[in-house]
Amino acid sequence: MSNDPTPQSGSPDKEPASEAQAAQNALGNTERAELATEPNTPASKPEPQQEPRPSLGRLFIDNLWAANTFTVTLLSLVLAIVVGAVLMIISDPAVLSTYSYITSRPSDAINSSWTLVSEAYANLFKGSIFDPEAFAGWLDGTNSWQAVLAPISETLTYAAPLVFTGLSVALAFRGGLFNIGAQGQATIGVIMAALAGFLLPLPPGLHLLVAVLAGALGGAIWGFIPGILKARAGAHEVINTIMLNYVATYFLTWLIVQNGVQDPNRTDAISRAVDTSAQLPRLLGDNLRVHAGILLAVLATWAVAWLLNRSTLGFELRAVGANPDAARTAGISVTRTYILIMVFAGILAGLGGSNMVLGSTASALTPLVVAQIGFDGILVALLGRVKPWGVLLAALLFGALQAGGNRMQSYSGISLELVTVLQALIVIFIAAPALVKAIFQLRAARAARLQTSLAKGW
Amino acid sequence: MEPGEIHALLGENGAGKSTLMNVLYGLYQPDEGEILVDGKPLKLKGPSDAIGAGIGMVHQHFMLVPVFTVAENIMLGAEQVKGGIAGFLDRRRARREVTEVSERYNLQVDPDAVIEDLPVGIQQRVEIVKALTRDVDLLILDEPTAVLTPQETEELLTVMRSLKAAGKSIVFITHKLGEVKAIADRITVIRRGKTVGTASPEASRDELAALMVGRNVRLTVDKSPATPGEPVLEVAGLVVDDDRQIRAVDGMDLTVRAGEVLGVAGVQGNGQTELIEAIMGLRPVLAGTVSLIGDRIDGWTTKKVLRAGVGYVPEDRSVDGLVKEFSVAENLVLDIYDRPPFGAGLALKPDAIATSAKERIEQFDVRTSSADAPVGTLSGGNQQKVIVARELSRPLKLLIAAQPTRGVDVGSIEFIHSQIIHERDVGTAVMVVSSELDEVIGLADRIAVMYRGRIIGIVGPDTPREEIGLLMAGISPDAAHERSTDAAPADGAATDGSPASDAGSANEDEA
Repeated sequence: MSNDPTPQSGSPDKEPASEAQAAQNALGNTERAELATEPNTPASKPEPQQEPRPSLGRLFIDNLWAANTFTVTLLSLVLAIVVGAVLMIISDPAVLSTYSYITSRPSDAINSSWTLVSEAYANLFKGSIFDPEAFAGWLDGTNSWQAVLAPISETLTYAAPLVFTGLSVALAFRGGLFNIGAQGQATIGVIMAALAGFLLPLPPGLHLLVAVLAGALGGAIWGFIPGILKARAGAHEVINTIMLNYVATYFLTWLIVQNGVQDPNRTDAISRAVDTSAQLPRLLGDNLRVHAGILLAVLATWAVAWLLNRSTLGFELRAVGANPDAARTAGISVTRTYILIMVFAGILAGLGGSNMVLGSTASALTPLVVAQIGFDGILVALLGRVKPWGVLLAALLFGALQAGGNRMQSYSGISLELVTVLQALIVIFIAAPALVKAIFQLRAARAARLQTSLAKGW
Repeated sequence: MEPGEIHALLGENGAGKSTLMNVLYGLYQPDEGEILVDGKPLKLKGPSDAIGAGIGMVHQHFMLVPVFTVAENIMLGAEQVKGGIAGFLDRRRARREVTEVSERYNLQVDPDAVIEDLPVGIQQRVEIVKALTRDVDLLILDEPTAVLTPQETEELLTVMRSLKAAGKSIVFITHKLGEVKAIADRITVIRRGKTVGTASPEASRDELAALMVGRNVRLTVDKSPATPGEPVLEVAGLVVDDDRQIRAVDGMDLTVRAGEVLGVAGVQGNGQTELIEAIMGLRPVLAGTVSLIGDRIDGWTTKKVLRAGVGYVPEDRSVDGLVKEFSVAENLVLDIYDRPPFGAGLALKPDAIATSAKERIEQFDVRTSSADAPVGTLSGGNQQKVIVARELSRPLKLLIAAQPTRGVDVGSIEFIHSQIIHERDVGTAVMVVSSELDEVIGLADRIAVMYRGRIIGIVGPDTPREEIGLLMAGISPDAAHERSTDAAPADGAATDGSPASDAGSANEDEA
């Protein structure tokens, strides 16, 4: 918007979007702003050169190129993909060997690299979103419609628990607390949900409800402990939640091999299976893993968004998170709010844990049943800019990377760990907007605000 | 500034002394004007430039790392290393430097003592040594005596004399007249960011006080005589500690009646903040009682106190008054968000909040681009109006306004003052706490002067400003002995500069 004489007439819908984003950071209304920007991006690629009126295109590019939240997120993804490609090439000896004679025959190196990288990313896409071959097969009748939906089903299955843990971390963050303990809360949640799932003889429906609520209760308890320690004794929640993660993990390991919990037919560390009456129903038939957990996740996202932006409790929570002194002066009980925040965060993480044993990922407790959903939840929350709907989108992205990574490993021979590296890279770039800005020579200093919003919890 | 001169900079709180010195030290950039050193204009981009130009500063709040030793703190920022690229810290050399400087200027400090174990006076000495090791010629001391005991103050004055003897120049910022008269060679008085006069130490306290407070500038507030009613707020025997567990309010009695404005005057840090926080339930009451229309409210939660009809304009709006990231509308309901019509059960009513915000913005003339703009984007005066609007938009029995117009432009000051008086006229008891004497005199029907956690005197608004000023300095007309304990450092230090003690006793006689 440098030297534009008619800013308003130039781009009526893009200007407000960036304005809104400038103001949004600590406010609760980004979901709208984030969604509002989204339609802009597909159009961005074809448009750069053609400028019907000098102001219109110019303004559009300037706005897009301004280092706002959405642009930084998008470019972080691009950067992560580029770095990931480099890693693939380096880790493949065959491709790497072509680089020894790159000066004499550069085409070899370029071709082999391109083949490797493009196939790997194509498989990542096919495994997570849409596989054209399966679609063609369905048209020909060689495979069923389920094969077409399989990638999406996998993505949603992986995403569902991450939505919960991501919301858990995000909610606490908005209240000024850094909940590193989603992992532990999810672990206690998974234990409670599984115990309710195979110990209580209840009718279908009710059994599922009780099991899910048991998981939430478990997480609530595990969130309450650091919450009350913070509120009453001033103990830092980061330390306490990390420590409680260990307690939860080892409690799970111990519990699995106890009488009445361990599967009587097995000698290894695995518990009895959850009754089918307590399992979350599958949404698209038994061949596809996607289950009702993703619906609960969307519901939870809506609930958290409502809680944050439309409830008195959310008002207190945001006030305490942004300025505890002013909140206290205005009569808000900061200690009570801290406890409530951690209980709610625990409930969400506990629900995420329930998903791991009541859904289709596993039906019995094992030492690794929770996987890394608690820690991934931290990344999801940061990637989602600690906004509920942002968290949902981020969890979907992470779910897609997981699902696609499986296919990438089996088809392209790229190790699944690369997906973890990609996830880490994305978050690193997002957490360092100045870096992204420098690499892409972005205008405007708005990115600087992101740092503060992410660094605040400490 | 001449070499070997002690130049005192005198002014009220917020007069701009510290800001000026921060500019000199390179912490702030001047908007216009320039600084001359040895006749040459100087451009300071940061403290290191200032140190390079031979300017050192001892801040009001010490810039020391509490867990480091004296020697480590002194080398901090100018670490000497040995061993080439390995960069080992040369602690021995740092220690030697400390010993050297402290011997040369007779400033005893133990280089191996850990800062947090040292008393405040010694910490300050460390700051001075730190500045001296950087070879400065001009030393700025920003309110150095504010945190010192009388004995420590005396020691500091001795140190300043020996530095002066060694040819260093000192800028000494303070608002304590006695010290100025005891030590300064030249006195510049600053008020509202402008130099209002230069005086020699021979000038009487009264002259200096008049210059400092400003006889001529008086913001008049139009108001009719008060019609005081029943007591609303009654404070009896109140004892409160500050954050460092040091007694801040020490057996205080106070009554505010309906329909009157009680002004609480006093130099900052005499317990005003703690008094208010104790009334608001933000700080534990250690002894004594606080009553609101007969009900004991000490021990109540802040929310309960607010609900009982107490309005509160906190002293530091950006810390305690507003959530900067929140919108204007949200800040306007910050303490009533859960009451109808803004909240029903667990749900907020955004429409009601928006409608009310629109009305308040109009009624209180808050200049903002919209009700949804983050309050942090507003000017100081408009931020303050948001707080005043919030507190005055519910029925009140008592309004407590602390520094209601600090950092606020003149137009907003008038508006806020008129709102406060209007609140008084509808029968609310009002307590205004301000370190601006003009404000207290303009608003109050009775003025209570606070000194060291107690009310040292209650006077009418027509009392001469000089008399109030003396009360603020702890010189009570009917308690001369109190003064002798307080002013002891100044008098003791002034034994070799006789005019100060003469003037001091002269004042006492007058009073």
